[in-house]
Amino acid sequence: MKLYKIFIYTVLILLAVTVAVPVLWVFFASFKENSEFYGDPWTFPKGLYFKNFVDAWTDAHMGDYFLNSVTVTLMAIAMLLILALPCAYALSRFSFKGRTLVKGLMMGGLFINVSYIVVPIFLMLTDLGKLLETSFFLNNHFILALIYASTALPFTVYLLQSYFSTLPAAYEEAAAIDGASPFVTMLRVMLPMARPAVITVILFNFLSFWNEYIIALTFMTKDSSKTLPVGLMNLMKAQNAAAEYGKMYAGLVMVMLPTLILYICVQKKLTHSLAVGGVKG
Amino acid sequence: MKKPRAFIFFCIAPALLLFLVFMVYPTISVFVMSLFKWGGYSTSRAFVGIDNFKALLSDTRFIGSFKNTVILLVLVTAFTLVAALWCANTLTRENIKAKGLFRVIFYIPNILSAVVIAAIFSAIYDPSSGLANSFLSLMGISPVMWLGNRDIVIFSIAIAMIWQATGYYMVMYMSSMAAIPESLYEASDIEGASRSSKFFKITLPLIWTNLRTTLTFFIISSINISFLLVRAMTGGGPDGASEVFLSYMYDQAYTNSSYGYGMAIGVVIFVFSFTLSAIVNLITKREPVEL
Repeated sequence: MKLYKIFIYTVLILLAVTVAVPVLWVFFASFKENSEFYGDPWTFPKGLYFKNFVDAWTDAHMGDYFLNSVTVTLMAIAMLLILALPCAYALSRFSFKGRTLVKGLMMGGLFINVSYIVVPIFLMLTDLGKLLETSFFLNNHFILALIYASTALPFTVYLLQSYFSTLPAAYEEAAAIDGASPFVTMLRVMLPMARPAVITVILFNFLSFWNEYIIALTFMTKDSSKTLPVGLMNLMKAQNAAAEYGKMYAGLVMVMLPTLILYICVQKKLTHSLAVGGVKG
Repeated sequence: MKKPRAFIFFCIAPALLLFLVFMVYPTISVFVMSLFKWGGYSTSRAFVGIDNFKALLSDTRFIGSFKNTVILLVLVTAFTLVAALWCANTLTRENIKAKGLFRVIFYIPNILSAVVIAAIFSAIYDPSSGLANSFLSLMGISPVMWLGNRDIVIFSIAIAMIWQATGYYMVMYMSSMAAIPESLYEASDIEGASRSSKFFKITLPLIWTNLRTTLTFFIISSINISFLLVRAMTGGGPDGASEVFLSYMYDQAYTNSSYGYGMAIGVVIFVFSFTLSAIVNLITKREPVEL
């Protein structure tokens, strides 16, 4: 059976290397000078060529895009929580007319991928813009964040609602006897108890908002309002045209470093809460 | 206790409204718009019935994108499923050192943006300075045009998709395998069951429900991820050889401004993915195992 053990380790290590090497390679490549890209790709960088990062940050405007991404992601997460928490709470705690319908609709929404409907959303907003004679809806970070938050609702409400229904009702009854209004009960009693689920929701949605590019590409037509992943696409095109390798790798690092740092901090939480997670990507 | 009607209304209404505006309405409008001829520069929309769908039947680029989507669905699902099941089973059942480390590494591709993955693989596939060709030349194989060859490009994209997806499904399967009571395996040990019979007789039947659910995910997410990667990696090229469902729809609607035609493609994608999910669900139906 020793042979089987060796086989297992060989395959596992091989797979781990296949996953890790491309990512590590990007980090090394981001420190290489342009001339180093014409030789053997397996070599380590000769020195730490930080100019790639400076070039990407300022010349390629990745610094501005970074700020845009931070703004949009934070706004979208805030909106999402304000919308989804009360909705999930009411759906799990009260019985009212139309509850099954709302629940069913939201469940159906789990199967609608944003990529399927990005064009109709675009047309809807441009039509509305023409009607109101305004270009308010395009290149607007608030609108982009609103689309992110709205399309993340089914997944988020589903997850929060199933967590709320595991919490005992005794706390709310006690709060009601003390004369607390339902709003105060929700805010002061139930939300603090739902903290683990809220953290999960924030983590998953942070990753998907930060990484999203197709909606951003469609709605952020002006150069100055782009987000990081769209900026990276520009750098990929520039690299093909002008062979500016270093800048592209530095940009790549900028997009993935925040998610990697977050992942290293919370990997247990992410991979363990996946079972409740359901549909993604 | 009196039902707090106003409270419930204000809790549900904002979320429901935005969900209807940004998800339900656009979905319905895909179906409605597919019946209209609507070009970019003219604002006129003429009702043409199912003409858009008839045109699709003789559109070779659409048929090409259909074929590519099916190839990717089959290849990516088959390879990812086997790899993810094997890894999950090995990491759960075998006594392995650094289990946690393997799990952490395998999940990394999942936290990366599709653009990042596209950029990484474009670099790997670069004909002259990429890792893939330099690896081949070590073994004495002449360089391959990974993204430039019409016959190869779709397989290059499949590799990137498998690389991206395996860790996610592995973690999914691991969490349902962890719920299987250890006593079952202990009992089978006494009877001298082999590794493979433990997997096929105990593990697989007990994670079957979860496995069926992931098959639906495979369909929905493969259609989506293939679009995100193709869009950023090849733009559908060379000469439309790597076009997939959603990328062709996006090109027709957003780039080419043939909105009605694009939405007809959207309808086909919806119908295709739902029908396929239903069929897969039906043929994988088993009596649930009671413990």
